Amino acid sequence: MDALLKVDRCTIRFGGLTAVSNFDMSIGNRELVGLIGPNGAGKTTVFNMITGVYQPTEGQIFLSGDRLNGLKPFNITAKGIARTFQNIRLFASLTVFDNVRAAFNLHLKHGPLHALTRGPKFKREEADIGAQAMDLLKIFNLDRFRDVMCKNLPYGDQRRLEIVRALATKPRMLLLDEPAAGMNPTEKGALMTLIEFIQEKFDISVLLVEHDMRVVMGICKRIYVLDYGITIAEGPPDEIRRNPKVIQAYLGE
Amino acid sequence: MSRARTILGIFLLFLFLFALTGERPFASHLAYYYDILINIGINVILAVSLNLVNGYTGQFSLGHAGFMAVGAYAAGSWSEHLSPGLVNFLAGSNGVLTFVLQPFPFLQPFAFPTAVADNLALIVATMFGGLLAALAGLAVGIPSLRLRGDYLAIVTLGFGEIIRTLILNIDFLGAARGMSVTGRYTNMFWTFGFAAVAIYVVLGLVNSTYGRGFLTVRDDEVAAEAMGINTTKYKVIAFVVGAFFAGTAGSLFAHYAGFLTPEGFNFFKSVDVVVMVILGGMGSTTGVILAAALLTILPEVLRALAHTDFVPAAQKAIEGVIPIHLPPLQGLLENRLILYSLLLIIMMLTRPQGLFGDLAGSRKRVTSSASK
Amino acid sequence: MAQVILFLQQLLNGLSLGSIYALIALGYTMVYGVLRFINFAHGDVYMLGAYAGFAITNVIYRFVPLDQYNAISRHTFVPIFVCTAIVMLGAMIFCAILGMSIERIAYRPLRDRPRLTVLITAIGVSLFLQNMTQFFVGAQPQAFKQLIPVRAIEGLGDLTVLSSQAAIIISTIVLMVFLRLIVMKTKIGLAMRALSVNPTACSLMGVNNGLVISFTFALGSALAAAAGILVAMDSPSITPLMGNLPGIKAFVAAVLGGIGNIPGAVVGGLVIGVLETMVEGYGFPQLRDAIAFGVLIIILLYKPTGLLGRVEREKV
Ligand SMILES: Nc1ncnc2c1ncn2[C@@H]1O[C@H](COP(=O)(O)OP(=O)(O)OP(=O)(O)O)[C@@H](O)[C@H]1O
Ligand SMILES: [Mg+2]
Repeated sequence: MDALLKVDRCTIRFGGLTAVSNFDMSIGNRELVGLIGPNGAGKTTVFNMITGVYQPTEGQIFLSGDRLNGLKPFNITAKGIARTFQNIRLFASLTVFDNVRAAFNLHLKHGPLHALTRGPKFKREEADIGAQAMDLLKIFNLDRFRDVMCKNLPYGDQRRLEIVRALATKPRMLLLDEPAAGMNPTEKGALMTLIEFIQEKFDISVLLVEHDMRVVMGICKRIYVLDYGITIAEGPPDEIRRNPKVIQAYLGE
Repeated sequence: MSRARTILGIFLLFLFLFALTGERPFASHLAYYYDILINIGINVILAVSLNLVNGYTGQFSLGHAGFMAVGAYAAGSWSEHLSPGLVNFLAGSNGVLTFVLQPFPFLQPFAFPTAVADNLALIVATMFGGLLAALAGLAVGIPSLRLRGDYLAIVTLGFGEIIRTLILNIDFLGAARGMSVTGRYTNMFWTFGFAAVAIYVVLGLVNSTYGRGFLTVRDDEVAAEAMGINTTKYKVIAFVVGAFFAGTAGSLFAHYAGFLTPEGFNFFKSVDVVVMVILGGMGSTTGVILAAALLTILPEVLRALAHTDFVPAAQKAIEGVIPIHLPPLQGLLENRLILYSLLLIIMMLTRPQGLFGDLAGSRKRVTSSASK
Repeated sequence: MAQVILFLQQLLNGLSLGSIYALIALGYTMVYGVLRFINFAHGDVYMLGAYAGFAITNVIYRFVPLDQYNAISRHTFVPIFVCTAIVMLGAMIFCAILGMSIERIAYRPLRDRPRLTVLITAIGVSLFLQNMTQFFVGAQPQAFKQLIPVRAIEGLGDLTVLSSQAAIIISTIVLMVFLRLIVMKTKIGLAMRALSVNPTACSLMGVNNGLVISFTFALGSALAAAAGILVAMDSPSITPLMGNLPGIKAFVAAVLGGIGNIPGAVVGGLVIGVLETMVEGYGFPQLRDAIAFGVLIIILLYKPTGLLGRVEREKV
């Protein structure tokens, strides 16, 4: 199995509502894939299934062949999937810097006892984490906000901080839920370059949910289209753009 | 802060406290003030440890008095029933120490002076009380994990009440009659010693990448899990550590008061601690320490005030204005729960972050000092 | 046979106790339905209902000393019934106003704050009510004067049914029918139900959410007041702290039935009442007060939606 992430005929129901049905997806290493669809199509729900927030009612999910069904979200993150949230979910009482440092928890070598004895090993690790966090913040040009409470950041920067935080968990697969929402065209352009840059630099795969077609079409090599929880198209941007089903889903009758 | 300086500071503080300690003034005019200071120490332990659970981890617990009860009764019965045998075994006329020291007759007077024995007995009993309370914390923490917010509050309240009901039904612990603890070993030194340890542990934990996990659980559990943080583990640890220190506070109380009743650990005792945490500002250790001290002293001040001439005069004045015959106003000042209830309501309406929440700056330091 | 009688007796005692829990539980469940929050002070509204009834009864005694009647008969029925109804209605109105005021003053300003903030406020309100009551009337129990003569109803063989128990059960049934009519057949009842599904959509549709919430508090508080008086008929000693345990038990009843679910609260109340009397009657009286907490813990762990509740998932 050479796909990094494989979603195998997943269905999820909330009571009577089938939010996603029979969803198949396969993402290879270092791929940049888009997932689009009108509002309520089930895109966020797909993210929630992959990251273990919801369990699929049917179907299976694999990361490099490891089955993810039944794992807790933090286990899945530990296996190498990180995400951002559509409705920003930063740690509101922490500073920008601490939001990022908190995400290093996963790879921490020290535990509660080290935190109490505060030996040299602990100090070294903390310094190391601080440096790595700053490096990540610099990539996104957020280092100047180091000690700002994250809730005081401008909206666009909060979205970008979420990406930094997700990267801090050292993922192999990054899921971005509408990262460009609320940004102006210049910011969107910068974000596109940035996503391509981090994909290369960290050698990861990216799954991008985004309403702005310019952004998705601009950087994704392959796109899945959902409508009412059903996959109506899949393929490279050019095909998707011309696909009549997609046009109809977006424009209506 | 460098490690050496911290250690030196703590050491000096200990020396200072030790000098301050001396004998417990049982029947002098100082006894009252001594009493208040010890109560401050015990309340600081309770509030700081509850703050780890309610403040830093955001798991609103209303059962802290239950854990305190476990610690108090466990440590009390240890001192009453188990420890004398152990001390005899070590220091008694045929004890181990006497035996070991036999070849050195000149050392024998030092074998176990009572002061040392008392202090040792207190430490051991307190650790025992803390450990049993921590076990209770584990027992409460694990099933409570799935609950959030208001449900958790009520369930922990329920656990506190269940613990109290259990004690009421255990004859060995004196049931409703209460239990006396003969060894009244608690002194200023150990009370503030344990308070210092509690503060150090909570701040030390929270002030690290490891401990930032507690804060993320409070801020957003879903996001914390998505960042690979095992929220379940953090909640359990918070409960266990919080309960441990509540237990040590219970032991110190047992060996100070010398008498325990289940009623002393009812829901209202938990409320006392919750009010300290809320007044201090959930998640601000400095604030919570100040609030614990303040709320220990304030009821005493109000009680003193209740017995001044001012109160009857005020009563007359009020009854002159409104033609209602009021009960004695002393009652208002002497009931700390009236004060606390008003504090809770007014704080929530006006300053939910607590009196000292921003002022003491503790949160900022907590979250950004480990890197320096 | 004696066993069966004993069982029936326990069941009956349980149902009358459970009716009280059910009446209080309704207040928890309705408020939870519209506001998603546990009104911690609800038990104290119940307590104040009993005190309001106590005060009204004392006034009535100046005109009609009800303890002159020592049995319910054709001649005494009317005065007893009328006086009891006055006491009941008076206390219910008092508590309805009290409940609405609490919501206005303490909870409404916190509408958009975290639920924990509101819970803490509610704890504060609860402590305030019971301690202020204690300040005014003292901590010692007061004797609630007789409203109906408490006698065993005759002609039931070995089964002892007290007139007070009968009154409790009958009043509860009547109140439930009323409540059902209000919730299912009136406009404001419809608004209450709508609010519990989607408050935003509700206010967009022109519903005055604040009014509906006030009404819900009034309704729940009035039922609690009725419970307070019914309890006082059966065990006429009232104290400022009397609301604490029944309050929590009724909350458990609401959770057991599925919080937010009105029939569920009734079922939950009856179940808790019967469980308690059974446990007490069959040899474990000291565990009586711990039962509710045990039930709460078990239900929250294994079926957090309660017996009749619906699933609610946090959207991410
Ligand atoms: N926890 C839940 N309970 C019930 N229904 C849900 C839940 N989460 C999502 N849904 C429903 O599933 C459907 C898909 O929602 P989802 O959030 O995945 O859409 P989306 O494609 O991300 O839309 P958008 O572009 O608006 O973000 C919607 O109808 C939504 O109401
Ligand atoms: Mg979405």
